[in-house]
Amino acid sequence: MNKLAQQLMGWVDDRFPATKMYKEHLSEYYAPKNFNFWYFFGSFALLVLVIQIVTGIFLVMHYKPDASLNASGIPVAFASVEYIMRDVPGGWIIRYMHSTGASAFFIVVYLHMFRGMLYGSYRKPRELIWLFGVAIFLCLMAEAFFGYLLPWGQMSGWGAQVIVNLFEAIPVIGKDLSTLIRGDFVVGDATLNRFFSFHVIAIPLVLIGLVAAHIIALHEVGSNNPDGVEIKKHKDANGIPLDGVPFHPYYTVKDIFGASLFLLVFSAIIFFMPEGGGYFLEYNNFVPYDQLKTPPHIAPVWYFTPYYSILRATTSDFMPWLAGLVAVIGALTFISVRNAALRIAAAAITLVIVILFFALDAKVWGVAMMGGSVMLFALLPWLDQSPVKSIRYKGTLFKSILAVWVVCFLILGYLGVLPPSPVGKIVSQICSLLYLAFFGFMPWYTRMDKTLPVPERVTSE
Amino acid sequence: MSSMKTMFPKTLRFVAVALFSAALPLAALADGTELHLDKAPLQFDNASLQNGAKLFVNYCVSCHSASFMRYNRLRSIGLTDQQIKDNLLFTSDKVGDLMTVAMRREDAKQWFGAAPPDLTVVARARSGEFGTGADWLYTYLRQFYRDDARPTGWNNAVFPNVGMPNVLWTLQGQQAAHFVEKVDEHGGKENHLEKLEIVQPGKLSKEEFDEQVADLVSFITWMGEPAQEARQQIGWYVLALLAVLSVLTYLLKRSFWKDVH
Repeated sequence: MNKLAQQLMGWVDDRFPATKMYKEHLSEYYAPKNFNFWYFFGSFALLVLVIQIVTGIFLVMHYKPDASLNASGIPVAFASVEYIMRDVPGGWIIRYMHSTGASAFFIVVYLHMFRGMLYGSYRKPRELIWLFGVAIFLCLMAEAFFGYLLPWGQMSGWGAQVIVNLFEAIPVIGKDLSTLIRGDFVVGDATLNRFFSFHVIAIPLVLIGLVAAHIIALHEVGSNNPDGVEIKKHKDANGIPLDGVPFHPYYTVKDIFGASLFLLVFSAIIFFMPEGGGYFLEYNNFVPYDQLKTPPHIAPVWYFTPYYSILRATTSDFMPWLAGLVAVIGALTFISVRNAALRIAAAAITLVIVILFFALDAKVWGVAMMGGSVMLFALLPWLDQSPVKSIRYKGTLFKSILAVWVVCFLILGYLGVLPPSPVGKIVSQICSLLYLAFFGFMPWYTRMDKTLPVPERVTSE
Repeated sequence: MSSMKTMFPKTLRFVAVALFSAALPLAALADGTELHLDKAPLQFDNASLQNGAKLFVNYCVSCHSASFMRYNRLRSIGLTDQQIKDNLLFTSDKVGDLMTVAMRREDAKQWFGAAPPDLTVVARARSGEFGTGADWLYTYLRQFYRDDARPTGWNNAVFPNVGMPNVLWTLQGQQAAHFVEKVDEHGGKENHLEKLEIVQPGKLSKEEFDEQVADLVSFITWMGEPAQEARQQIGWYVLALLAVLSVLTYLLKRSFWKDVH
């Protein structure tokens, strides 16, 4: 029997690198042995991706992307979601898994990204892993945005209307572009059908491709770790890293334990608070979308609120402050670079941006700020000039600045769910400036920071 | 078509204003007054839910649909198909049918100014910062008062100028509102609703009426998510199972990792 199995495996291996891949990615992929709990979130993200795909497949069997009204005057799409909740056997659990999964995805991905920022996982030679990751994050936001329209409630329709209208801010092509995205002049049946298509086909395809690229790139260079040291520098006689353990079985069993804990929390939400206090499922979304009734307060779902706050903060009275920030960063760049051509480029770019700040409508900049503040993560590998990777060996300066940035991010998120207010506006403007400054001044404060000596090998706990 | 065009920039402007003028806190303008809601004394035993279902079918379904709800789902609150057929089926003749409404939407719009909304998930939709959807419904249904200025002759303290008349008035009786004139912060005068008073008693005392409304609201809340009870029951088993799994997987992890230092 065993011999037969060997022969079969040999037959496959001659035609497909099954054993080779198993070794490369599992049994002989050496991961640092000192991963802490922060390193669970990557595997959680993969788990949530699988949950979303599998539950999504079953939801699509019963969901109808149709904005026309049924005999009772309810949009068919809205009614089909309630049909899933009531008449499809087990439908409610599948739907709650999917709706909770969306929020869970962002929670684990935000923590996964923050792990990268803590331990400098984006630093050389892992820049591409990080860039693929940023692309995954953008896809995730698009996926969530398209998916949120599908239940066709008031927040679905009006949220989509607000976001698509943002594209109108783009000079010249804006108006046509937003009409193109909607497929209509208002969010209607055409919008619902194309968002459905994007949500179930286009974005998931890209997402899965990017996740594959993210993992392939990771396994090419090997994982970083909480000490930010390269385990490949110290190998034994067989070429195996001294501080590494084979991913399988060590991290497979550890991640299975992590997954059990994750599912424990995830299930507690699904079975006991699927609405998540109105944050995971917004109350107003239990009202069918009505193009003629604007809700008094249109709040995006919680995972978009930090960026929504930045958008709202960018009004015309905020532009001088933004211009000031850019001017200071430009001046610092001018002083810091030696090369004359680079100096002229820095001065010219700064000048153009500052002029455009006042020449273009603040609404345009609101959109640019919102998009830009997400994209800024992509620059981290080059902005961070610290001689050390991990927060463990960084100095008080960096730690304080990172802490302020985290607080700003959370405040922005909180303010984004609230209706606009004069105090909220000023607070969100201060937090937006600090959010941007965290990235903008990073090349300088990471150099000034007094770092600690990094050990040669990983430290145990 | 032309009405579509004129409506479009209006909507746009509205959204733009809502987004970009932080000086105009629209939400605060829209519901600036604090809404005080009474806590709904919900009861999910079969007797209360059955009474609520009876009230719902008798008083609500003639105008409001509950179009995601099948009559035979009422088996979950202890009714048999025959009981449902004999006592609750007015708008349809099959227990598997949805709780739709016979009234045409165009007519309803003409009569009430707006088609009465579907009530299947209204308890979930009405949740908010002032209380649960059940609290909102419980307060709303008990705070109708006589107002001759309204086309229906009724107004409501929770939902001012609502299109709906007080359908429960034979039970509750008729309430009158007492207003006091208050000067607001901008110096303008406004009529502030001070209290509601029963001026003509109905079939039930205040306490009896409150109990009936509580049953009705309990039913509407149950109807908002009939799977809720099953969800929580299954939930405990799932959590127990995952707790055991977590212990086992932890032991597995520990035994694999014991030689890693």
